[in-house]
Amino acid sequence: MTVRGDYLGMTLSIDDLDGENLAYFRHCADHNFHLQRCDECKLLRYPPTTACPWCASPKATWTPVEGKGEVHSYVEVHHAIQPAFKGHTPYLMLLVDLDTQKGQPTPDEALRVAANLTTPDGTLAPADMVKRVGIGTRVRMVFSDVTDGMALPQWTIDETAKQPDKPWRYAQE
Amino acid sequence: MPLPADTDATTPKYLRDKYAIVGVGETAYMRGSGMTTRALGTWALRNAIADAGIKPSDIDGMLDYSGNDSTSATFMAGDLGIRLNFYMDCIGGGSSTEALIGIAIGIMEAGLCKCVAIYRAMNGYSQVRIGGTGARSAVPVNGDALHSRAYGWQSAGQMFAPTFMRHMYDYGTKPEQVAMVKVVHSEHASNNPKAYYKKRYTVDDVISSRFICKPLHLLDCCVETDNATAIIVTRAEHARDLRQHPVLIRGIVGRCNKPRMDMHYQHGPISRVAGYYAKDILWPNSGVGPEDVDATGAYDAFTFTSMLQLEDYGFCKKGEGGDYVSNGTTRLGGKRPNNTSGGHLCEGYTHGMNMVIENVRQLRHEADDSCPIGPDGRRQHTYDYREGGCRQVRNIEVTANLGWANPMTGSAMVMRRG
Repeated sequence: MTVRGDYLGMTLSIDDLDGENLAYFRHCADHNFHLQRCDECKLLRYPPTTACPWCASPKATWTPVEGKGEVHSYVEVHHAIQPAFKGHTPYLMLLVDLDTQKGQPTPDEALRVAANLTTPDGTLAPADMVKRVGIGTRVRMVFSDVTDGMALPQWTIDETAKQPDKPWRYAQE
Repeated sequence: MPLPADTDATTPKYLRDKYAIVGVGETAYMRGSGMTTRALGTWALRNAIADAGIKPSDIDGMLDYSGNDSTSATFMAGDLGIRLNFYMDCIGGGSSTEALIGIAIGIMEAGLCKCVAIYRAMNGYSQVRIGGTGARSAVPVNGDALHSRAYGWQSAGQMFAPTFMRHMYDYGTKPEQVAMVKVVHSEHASNNPKAYYKKRYTVDDVISSRFICKPLHLLDCCVETDNATAIIVTRAEHARDLRQHPVLIRGIVGRCNKPRMDMHYQHGPISRVAGYYAKDILWPNSGVGPEDVDATGAYDAFTFTSMLQLEDYGFCKKGEGGDYVSNGTTRLGGKRPNNTSGGHLCEGYTHGMNMVIENVRQLRHEADDSCPIGPDGRRQHTYDYREGGCRQVRNIEVTANLGWANPMTGSAMVMRRG
C-alpha cells in the first residue's frame, strides 16, 4: 500500500511497488534502524537497493544495525531551497560513517547515512546546536515521525560518547 | 572472445584528429530572454551554421540534452528546414557536451549520418531555475529521493557541498584559495563582451558574500542565465574546405563515474571526483598529457568544481588544487589559463557547452574580445590582458575541457588546432 505523509509541510511518499523503501521506512517508523544484509557476501548496504552493490545478489535480509557513528562531512545550509526548510536555517545535513562496517570492504568505504542534525526528539536542531557539530562529532540516531509506516532517521549529538576536543568546522562562522 | 574486463576501451588511435568542430554559435547570455527554448535553440543553431559557412541542409544529425527544460531537436530541425538522418534528445546537464560529441563521432563513424549539430537551449533563469529555486523546489518527495530531498539536500550546491567540505578537511584547502577561481574567471569575463557579469571581483568580495550553503558563498556559485549554445561536428577532411580554421578532436571520455552511482558518498575518498577515473581514458585517448595542454575549460558550476577537476585530471598533485588555482597558473598570461570566457561563474550558464565554444575560438586564434579587427578581417590580438582588453591565449595549440555533472560523473575532451 502506498505510504504518504506530511513532514514540515512537504508531501513524502513511497509507492506500493517500492518494496525496499517501504521496508526501510517501516523499520524507522518503529524507531528500529534496519539495513539490508546480503545473504551471499554478508555485507550491509545503504541506502536500500534491489541487488547487492558488491556481489549483485538479489537476496538480502533486513538486519538491525546500531545507529551510532561519526560525522564524515556535512553541508550547513543558510539559504534554503525547499519551502519546507525556509524557516529552519541554518540547518545541517550530515554524512555519518556508521561504526558498523566502517572501512569495509575497502578502507575508504563506510555505510554513510545522510540525515539532518536534530534534537533528541527529531526536531531540526537550533542554531546554537548546529555550531557545536563538525567532522568528527559523535552522533546517535533518532527519528522524526511522519506517518504510519514512515519515520525519517536523523542524527543527534551522542551526549554519552567521548567527543573530539574540537570537531572540524568550516573556517568562517 | 575477450571478457569485458580485458577489452581495450580506449579510442583507436586512427580516430584521433579525424573529427573536427567546424561551427560554434550562441545566443546572448541573458536574464529574461522573452522567448521560448525553441527560439533560443534555433537562433544558436543558425549562428553555428553561419559560423561554419555551411547550409542548414548540410546537417543530417542532431543531438541535444536537457533536464526536461528544453525543446526537442524535431522542432529545431523543422524550424531550420533540416531533414535529419539521426537525432536524439538526451537527459542530462553538465558533462553532456563532451559526451554527446563522443556520440556524434560514434554515429558518424558507424555511417548513420555525416554532420552533427549539438545544442543546449534553456531558460535557466526565467523558466526552470538552475539553482533549484522556483516550482521544482516544492515538488513532493517520493521513493529513493526520501534519502536526500527529505533532508533539505536537493540543489546542486547542497548535494556537492560534502565533497567540497571534506576536501578542505583532508587537504587544508582554504576559502581564500578557492575564491581565486571566481577572481580569475571574473578577470577573464571582463575581457569578454558577451559575458553576463563583466565585473572583476576580489577574494574579499567572494568570502564576504553571504553564505548559500557552507562552504559555498554566493560568489562561489555560478550565474543563472537564459541562453542557447550550439556546435557542429563533422569529419576533419570536410572541415578543411569550410570557413573556419579546423579544430580537431583528439580524444574524449564521456560521463565516466565513481563507484556506487546510487549514492556515490558510500565510496570514499569522497574528496575525489570522477576525473580520477576519467583521466585514465582521456589522456591515452588523446595521446597527450596535462603538461601538453595550453588552456583548460574546467567546469565552474562552483569555484570548487574547477579546482577538484584540475586536480583529479592530474594538472597538479591531489590535494594541491588550492595552490594551483591561486598561484597564477590559471590566469590569462599564466602557464595554463582556465575558462578564458569567464565560464559559468561569469559568462553564463549553459551546462558546459560555452566552455567548449570558448576553446574552439581560442584554438582558431579568434577569441571574440575587444581587440581591433585588422584589414584582413582578423582580430589583431594585443595579448594585453588588462580589464577590457585581450583574452586570446598566445600560440595556443591544445586545450582540455573537463565537464562536470556532479562529484560522481564527468566528461572531458582534448582538442587541438588543425
